[in-house]
Amino acid sequence: MAKHVEVKNLSVVFGKPKAQQKALKMIDDGHTPDEIREATGATVANKNVNFDIQPDELFVIVGLSGSGKSTFIRTLNLLNIPTRGEIVVDGENLQDMTKEELRDYRRKDVSMVFQHFGLLSHRTVLDNVVYPLEIQGIDKETRREKAMEAIKQVGLDGWEDHMPSQLSGGMRQRVGLARALSNDPELLLMDEPYSALDPLIRREMQNELLTLDDDNERTIVFITHDMNEAFRIGDRIALMKDAEVVQIGTPNEFFKNPANDYVRDFIADVDKTRILKIRSVMRKPTYVAKPTDTPKETLEALKANEMEFCYVTDEKRKFLGYVKVEQLSKSRAKDISKLVNEDETLYRNLYLEDVWKNIKEAKFDVAVVDGKNRLRGVISHDEIISALAE
Amino acid sequence: MFNFPEQLYFDISGYIDDFVLWLGDTFEWLFDIIKTLILGMFEGVEFVLGIVPWWAYIILLFFAAWKLYNIRTGVTLSLMLFLIGVFALWDEMIYTLAIIAISVLISLIVGLPTGILMAKSKRLESILKPILDGMQTMPSFVYLIPALMLLGIGRVPAVFATTIYAVPPLIRLTFLGIKNVDKEVVEAGKSFGSTQMQMLFKIELPQALSTIATGINQTTMMAVSMVVIASMIGAQGIGSVVLVSIRQIQVGQGFMAGLSVVFLAIILDRLLQGIANSLDQQEGLDG
Repeated sequence: MAKHVEVKNLSVVFGKPKAQQKALKMIDDGHTPDEIREATGATVANKNVNFDIQPDELFVIVGLSGSGKSTFIRTLNLLNIPTRGEIVVDGENLQDMTKEELRDYRRKDVSMVFQHFGLLSHRTVLDNVVYPLEIQGIDKETRREKAMEAIKQVGLDGWEDHMPSQLSGGMRQRVGLARALSNDPELLLMDEPYSALDPLIRREMQNELLTLDDDNERTIVFITHDMNEAFRIGDRIALMKDAEVVQIGTPNEFFKNPANDYVRDFIADVDKTRILKIRSVMRKPTYVAKPTDTPKETLEALKANEMEFCYVTDEKRKFLGYVKVEQLSKSRAKDISKLVNEDETLYRNLYLEDVWKNIKEAKFDVAVVDGKNRLRGVISHDEIISALAE
Repeated sequence: MFNFPEQLYFDISGYIDDFVLWLGDTFEWLFDIIKTLILGMFEGVEFVLGIVPWWAYIILLFFAAWKLYNIRTGVTLSLMLFLIGVFALWDEMIYTLAIIAISVLISLIVGLPTGILMAKSKRLESILKPILDGMQTMPSFVYLIPALMLLGIGRVPAVFATTIYAVPPLIRLTFLGIKNVDKEVVEAGKSFGSTQMQMLFKIELPQALSTIATGINQTTMMAVSMVVIASMIGAQGIGSVVLVSIRQIQVGQGFMAGLSVVFLAIILDRLLQGIANSLDQQEGLDG
């Protein structure tokens, strides 16, 4: 299962302990980071940050350099220690962990990809990717196998015996990604992973990341300073400025209701028709039935939600089709598995611009699925048009 | 009134003398152990150096330099070694080489852990830095006196003085090598849940290796220069030939011995430098 991350009232202040305490007090009194630095000498990197990152979400944090985004992502694996507040991952407060528990969390649950790759220059590609498994004491055969799997996932097979210095920037970051995937983490932290790459490669890597995201259930936290990148890949985006979060929302919400002029300026250069994807406009379905449900309970749920039909997915969220109210009220079947009607779906990583002409003017919602045909959301024709129009 | 007032003269040399004497008396057992250990090492090193015939040294050196550099360097370095033999200084050279080897070995045993600890502890860093500065600027002759007092005459105090003189660059460069490991690489190591030991042995030391190799090179060069001076407290070898030449004002003899020291230094430097370079190349010169 992917990790659920709750960030509660997080503040990170760098400086001597006394200055830190003074700075926290000044934060509460409403002073800006600049004022606090002048008064105490301490640097406020994060100030009362609150997030709720959903399981399996691709959550992007965007902001200019110095906005505190890199500091923030490092609190999620405790490379930075929160000065105040909590990071709760799947119900467990990271700071309550013992040293061993923290080590275990870092080894098995969370991985990180770095801006300048952070590769071990004395090791080959394979030995870099093996590293996270090696330090866990996994036996040689297994770890080699798993590492090769990760190398294949990022498309670097055939390069495993090269040294990192022999690779291009894009390929090096693929090594960094493969290394982070080798322990199959449920939470993947990416700290400006593509900022050091040239634009063409960057675009390619972004698309690969989206495809990769289809294959596994994994929560991804992605840091960038590039608004286009943020909107292109993010399910939800948090915009940070001066150690604070200015706005959190889906790309569409940003375009619809920018919180203030700063946000408006920030997204001014973004050509949304070229970057908005179905996944960034879609909604969560109100109600989804399972094939083992009885017609009666499904009918009741639909009526309660004032719906005329609903989608049906199996226990792995795989999309099966829909059932309608008329069918359900007539049916005497034990469960609804035989009643399911097939239906067309939309792949969630398609650009709105490419789909809006092809999609028929359906009155109803269309199901949105990922690469493994799992139901991820719903979208209506009107929503696509209005997202593009505004 | 231009002279420093005599009333302010204060002689601390007596206290230092007393301290060193006290040190020698109280820790006699310790210095005895050190003596035995160093003598034991001499036996081992001389045995190894002794079973190799002279021509094998020259051939080995030739191939090593060829592999590390090119055939020209191979020829040049082995010719230098050959000339030391021609100067009738072969045995002295081997003897000197043994002192250098043991000093460098002890420097490694002491210097590597010290450098590592220094990189890990801010407090140790602030204590050791001025001491290292002092050790490197102190005139090398000064180390001879306490070595003489504590360990007597001969090659054992020579190794002792040489090590003290030669170890600072190794400590310093080990410290620097570990401190300068790329910040993201260190973060990556931590983020995957490495233990302290895994960080050290799988990330920090391998990443610092080429810097440490430079440190070993510098330490060796310092040892070569000190070993000549150490002949003043009774160590044999090329140094003592130089010393005798000075006393008897034999310019030619002194020149031959001096040249042999230079050859030895060049050979050691090129070999160690070559090894350091090949470590760098393994990683690739990436920017």
